[in-house]
Amino acid sequence: MPISPQEILETIRMIRMEHLDIRTVTMGISLLDIRGDSIPLIAESIYDKIVEKARNLREAVEEVSSKYDIPIANTRLTVTPIAIVARAKEDEDLFPIGEALDKAGEAVRVDYIGGFGALVHKDCTPSDLALINSIPKVLANLNRVCSSVNVASTKSGINMDAVLMMAEKIKETAELSADRDSVACAKLVVYCNAPEDNPFMAGGFHGVGEGESAINIAISGPGTVRAALERLPNATFAELTEEIKRITFKITRVGELIGREISQKLGIPFGIVDLSLAPTPEEGDSIADILRAMGLEECGAPGSLAAIALLTDAVKKGGLFASSSVGGLSGTFIPVTEDAGMARAVARGSLSLDKLQAMTAVCSVGLDMVAIPGDTPVETIAGIIADQMAIGMINNKTVGVRIIPAIGKKAGEWIEFGGLLGKAPVLDVSSFRCDQFVKRKGRIQAPLTSFTN
Amino acid sequence: MERAVVTVIGKDRVGIVANISAILAAHNVNILDISQTIMQDLFAMLMLVDISNSDVDLSQLRKELEAKAQELGLQVIVQHEDIFRYMHRI
Repeated sequence: MPISPQEILETIRMIRMEHLDIRTVTMGISLLDIRGDSIPLIAESIYDKIVEKARNLREAVEEVSSKYDIPIANTRLTVTPIAIVARAKEDEDLFPIGEALDKAGEAVRVDYIGGFGALVHKDCTPSDLALINSIPKVLANLNRVCSSVNVASTKSGINMDAVLMMAEKIKETAELSADRDSVACAKLVVYCNAPEDNPFMAGGFHGVGEGESAINIAISGPGTVRAALERLPNATFAELTEEIKRITFKITRVGELIGREISQKLGIPFGIVDLSLAPTPEEGDSIADILRAMGLEECGAPGSLAAIALLTDAVKKGGLFASSSVGGLSGTFIPVTEDAGMARAVARGSLSLDKLQAMTAVCSVGLDMVAIPGDTPVETIAGIIADQMAIGMINNKTVGVRIIPAIGKKAGEWIEFGGLLGKAPVLDVSSFRCDQFVKRKGRIQAPLTSFTN
Repeated sequence: MERAVVTVIGKDRVGIVANISAILAAHNVNILDISQTIMQDLFAMLMLVDISNSDVDLSQLRKELEAKAQELGLQVIVQHEDIFRYMHRI
């Protein structure tokens, strides 16, 4: 059956007027074969391998973007968690590896490179500790490098020592980039149940269960969903769900097409399409605005959890059928600074940190791009992280915390990063303390997963 | 056969088809189908074209069509046909 003019114009409308684009083409590269007797030698081999593997990536992305006239916002790389690759001693500085990643990223013209990370959900190796200690300096000085540390999982519980350590590193990272609204924290995620094939940043890394390399795709489509729902003010819940499924099917197909084509061009296996709806600071390309189109006065109003649960589930139902391989985070993102509608909801007083955290229990993917007062104690940050890890651990889902202690700023003041990272007001944090709790040593044990009533 | 869709959007005026098809012809791009419709009060012309024998690549063709469209106060979008097949057909 030939394509109708209406179908062609629908595609053009989605791309040109409703901000449909590919958020990122992310190439995962395994570094498990890297050898070297010292950190500088390991760094050198990492640089060589990345440049060799990804040398044609940017060109392929540009060609495919042009062929279909679809914008591809970012090209990115992920690598094996560096703590595993470095095999470092506890007191070693891993900055040279961070530098090698950044330089390799520059050489192959990618926007970000993720994987300066560690998996410590049970306990830490000396190499994990070396990596965690190197995070603040790496993130504050190297613009492309992103870091993530998995501190909890449903199978092993929550490593509370790592939670407290990461709270300290977040604070240090904020202080080292205080002159830029603590922006380096935007490149750091603390995870529970981290996925191994995530194309998004800052939490993307190439897991140890992955192959030599893969092409993973993420789509940005909140604007198209919002526009479709605004055309249906009186629809029933069933009709709303059907429309979201229909739209998501179409946008996921674009991701599938782009992924397959780039994978074929480069001769690298196609990994996954991530079904997450990723907002941008562009007007209308917002999850908060989807909730408004569903009939809430503002994001954060009563009904927000129900609305976002409906949205997230319908997106998965529509998207799963559209792709041969779905993975990554595949949830709904509610990053405060990156979504102009979420920032507006905070400014209007409808969205608090507590409501935001409650929303993450039904939509994934955690507290994302949330600015808190710069004088928030480390122990309180650890408490916020622990709460979020508990939501992920008990509900068997991936959650992350990407939190920005905005040094020198108080609740209600704005931070501004620009570009895809956006801007938002600083959220208020409870002044009640949890110091004694978070400073207990050890691990919160893994939960029972039967007797689920 | 490799096909692309050329969409021209803007205010209707004399010479749109002539101007656009002259560029296509100059590069040996054959027009297979052509239709017109209205999108949000704007005139839209859609052409399905065969690019297999084109003497330039798609991005060069787009560049020339965009230059002409700008002269005429129009917007032109050139996309490989597969994106529509992927999005709208199972």
